[in-house]
Formats: sequence, structure tokens, C-alpha cells
Amino acid sequence: MIRCERLTHVYGRGTPLATHALTDVSLTIDAGEVVGVIGATGSGKSTLVQHFNGLLRPTTGRVLLDGVDVNGRGTDRRRLRQQVGLLFQYPEQQLFEETVFADVAFGPRNQGLSEEEVRARVHQALEQVGLPPAQFTSRSPFDLSGGEMRRAAIAGVLAMEPRMLILDEPTAGLDPQGRREILAHVGRLHSARGMTIVLITHSMDAVAQLCKRLVVLDGGRLVADGPTRAIFADPGSLAAIGLGVPQMTLLARRLRERGVPVRPDVLTVEEARAAILEALARRKNSAG
Amino acid sequence: MLFRGLALGQYLPVDSVVHRLDPRTKILATLLVLIVVFAIHAFAGLAFLTAVLAAIVLAARIGPADLLRGIRPLLGLLVFAFVLQVFFGEGGGHPLVRWGPIVATRENLVQGAFYSWRLILLVIATTLMTLTTSPMEFTDGLERLLRPLQRAGVPAHDLAMMMTIALRFIPTLLEEAEKIMKAQMARGAEFSRGSLPRRARALIPLLVPLFVSAFRRADALALAMEARCYRGGEHRTRMHELRLRMCDYVAFVLIAAAAALALLPPSMWRLY
Repeated sequence: MIRCERLTHVYGRGTPLATHALTDVSLTIDAGEVVGVIGATGSGKSTLVQHFNGLLRPTTGRVLLDGVDVNGRGTDRRRLRQQVGLLFQYPEQQLFEETVFADVAFGPRNQGLSEEEVRARVHQALEQVGLPPAQFTSRSPFDLSGGEMRRAAIAGVLAMEPRMLILDEPTAGLDPQGRREILAHVGRLHSARGMTIVLITHSMDAVAQLCKRLVVLDGGRLVADGPTRAIFADPGSLAAIGLGVPQMTLLARRLRERGVPVRPDVLTVEEARAAILEALARRKNSAG
Repeated sequence: MLFRGLALGQYLPVDSVVHRLDPRTKILATLLVLIVVFAIHAFAGLAFLTAVLAAIVLAARIGPADLLRGIRPLLGLLVFAFVLQVFFGEGGGHPLVRWGPIVATRENLVQGAFYSWRLILLVIATTLMTLTTSPMEFTDGLERLLRPLQRAGVPAHDLAMMMTIALRFIPTLLEEAEKIMKAQMARGAEFSRGSLPRRARALIPLLVPLFVSAFRRADALALAMEARCYRGGEHRTRMHELRLRMCDYVAFVLIAAAAALALLPPSMWRLY
């Protein structure tokens, strides 16, 4: 549904401070996919996704949504932003209204929906992020805990009912509990509603858990794009660009080095558990 | 970037004689030039001062494009002032154009040109200073210049510190404003369309988060400064001591001489 063709973005073009944030990036994200975007700080991840809903214009190249040029003359950018929801880093910093209800309602109201419809959307969005409307709608967003604020901000984007949700480091700065909750809600948005999701994160464990496919950026260039398992099968080249592999992949590799015949391509705790049990069983059989 | 047009951090880090001057010299010289610009009453004086400023621009190794960038935002004001003077200046004189009750006289045209030229020189002089003096140097210089007033109760150090902090945070806050604006645009906000009251209301989703974060930052900064034992100006030593050198004295004498020459009455100019 989103397609980038030879996308290049230069910040501050024509000034001495001009920097190439993206160089010649081409990729396609299909409806219903969950794609992780990984890369070191400053590799162009945020710049890339801001092209998906037309907040940034490509310096050269094109971005197409369902075959329509995002920056074309006749494109309704507001409608576009409703379809492609973008959640920025530290989204709780965008909260501004007096109540959680009003803040989540900001997006739907900008869409010009009826007050009834706005109400329904706000309630549904709050439910989706695990903030029971009965308890939260009338509270001030500034009184919430960090994790609750973050989820209220996510609800603000979900209330616009986008078909595609882009999350830029949704778990940054949260405690483990908050992190788990956010990731669980994101996973559910995909499994229950079939939403297309693009997840930018520094957590290799989070992408291992959620994403089938990974896009790897380095210095503004697309250096890898493929199934998560295949990308993490090559820790050497990931380490070379400042990235790592999930904890469980690392564990499996270490066990193999010590002679336990574990499958090397495990990603999550469950997979690791199964693989280790299997390896131990095999060892027992061959020993006995 | 949305705020690219804003040239606040104008400082151009080039190595030149002018850049190396003590900030105090540059501040005082700029003040002197500003006073002279207002005191001049003859075209010859303005022309002479223009030549002097041009020489300084050359010495500072600044391209004309960078200089003009400082003038561009004031272009509208310049045109407005000129038109106002030409059409609505003093009555009498030699009419050139007549358009209903509105008359443009030669005297007013000349006056308009004179005032515009003056305004341009003002902007060039101040731009020249901001282009060659980093904000840090500028506040250091200002603090040093204000120090004698401390006895009269002017908190020179605190003023300078406040200014330094404000300057330091302008780019940060601009970046933040841009980010919040984008985040709200992603939720369907419009900042550049609609009637004026509508646009003013559209700023609320930008301003509230911006203020919240500015206060949070201010708190954090105050805490960080106190954690490093900051207690104001008394007994503080500095990393860069300002010192007037020979070139500062020479520069100041030159500027003072130029100022005196520019102020010579028109009759004197005609003699030579």
C-alpha cells in the first residue's frame, strides 16, 4: 500500500549545513504487514516514515499510497494523514487538552465527524490501548502516569481510525511494565484488526516479537530488507552498523558455541524454550 | 524544516580580523555607527559610511549573500517606509507625479531615498556584528561592559546568564515546536489555512505542549546548574578572559575616525 521509489531527502539543501538524511531508498509495504524499521541513531528512520503521510516532501523520488503520489497536486493531505496514522517519539509531549477525552477527540474532530461519532471513536480508541473510558475520559492528561500518557497519545492517533499505523519508538523511556503493555496493544491492533503497522525501535527484542519483516537503515541508505529471521541470522553485519540481535538469538548462539545443538535462528523466549528442550532431548537420546 | 527561514543563529564561524576582535570593541563600534547613522544629514556622509562598512565586510570575509539574508526580512518595511515618505511626506516642493490628492514631490523622493539608505545601513551594521560575534562572545562582552553599573544595582552577570540561556534554547525550542506541529498535523491539525481567528485557535495545540516542555526544561536546567554549585556571578572565574589587544585599539581608533569624517558637514565634503 505504501511504496517509496528512489526516495532521497536532504535537510537544509543549499546551505553549508546540508545533510543527506535518506539516499535512494526504495521499498514497498503491503496492507496487513507488520514491518520493523531498525538502524542506529541518525540513520534516517524517522525521516523515512515522515514521508509516508506527507509531513516531509522527498527531495527526489516519489512516495505512493495505493498507487497515488502522496505529494501529487490533487492529493488531499488531510485525508492521507487520517489513513496513515503517525505516532511520534515521546508522543505524550503533544497532549494539550484539559481532559483525556478532548485530547483523543482532537483528531476525529479535525476530520469533521459528528459529536456522536467522535464520542464512539474516543471510547473505542481508549479501550484499544487499555485505558477504560469510564475512568479516564474526564481526567487531565497531565495527571496520568508516563505509561498512561503514552497510551492516551496512541489513542489520539487510533481515534482517527487509520488503516496504517506508524510508531516511532513507542516504548522509549518507559518501564518494563509499560513497555510490555504498549507492545501487547500494538500486537493486538494487528492480530484483531488487521492493521498495517510500521514499528521503529532500538529494541531488537521488540521487533523479534512483533515483526515478520525488517527494514534496516544505515546512514540514510537501505542496507537490508527481508524476513526478520533472515536478518538476524547475520549478527556480524548488524554489529558493523551499530545494531545487535535479540537476546534469545544471542543465547542460542552462545549455547551452540558450548556444544549444545540449539537451532541458531530463534527469536523469542518461547522459541528459545522449545529449541533448548528439543536440543536437550536429542542429546539425551544420543547419549542413552 | 519549517523554520529554515529564520536566521537567528546568524554567526558565521570564519577566521578573520573582525571575528578575532574583542566583542566589546565590536559592540561599542556598532553603537557608535548606529549613532552616527542617525546624526548624518548628508548623502555624502552616508556614502562614506557605506564605503567604510563595505571595507569591514571585506575584512570579515563575509559573502554578500549572507549579508543580504539579514536584510531580506526588512525589505517590506523598507518599501513601506519609502512609499510613505514619498507620497505622504511634507507638502510643498516640486511635484513629479500627481494622482488625485496624492502628490509625489522631488524633495520627498530624495528624503525617502535618504531614510531608506539610513535604514539599510542600520541593518548592515548590526548584521555585521551578529555575523562576526558568536552569541556567547556577545553576552560575555555585554556583561563586561555592564560591570561598572553593578554598583548601581544592575545585575550584570545575571542578565548575561539569562541571555546566554535564552539564546542557547532558541534552536531547541524551535526544533521542539516543529516536532509538535508535525505531531498535531498528523492528527489532522491545520496551521496555515482558514480565517485569522481560526488560525489563532489552531495555535493552542502547539503552544500548550511547547510551554509545558519549556517549563520542564527550565526546571531541569536549574536543577542541573545547582547540582554543579552555580550560585550567581560572585567569585566566578571564566574560561575565556576578555582582553583588549593592540588590534582592538587600532580598530576602535579607525571607527572613531571614520565616524568623525562621516559627520563632517556637507560643505566640508564639497571642498575636497
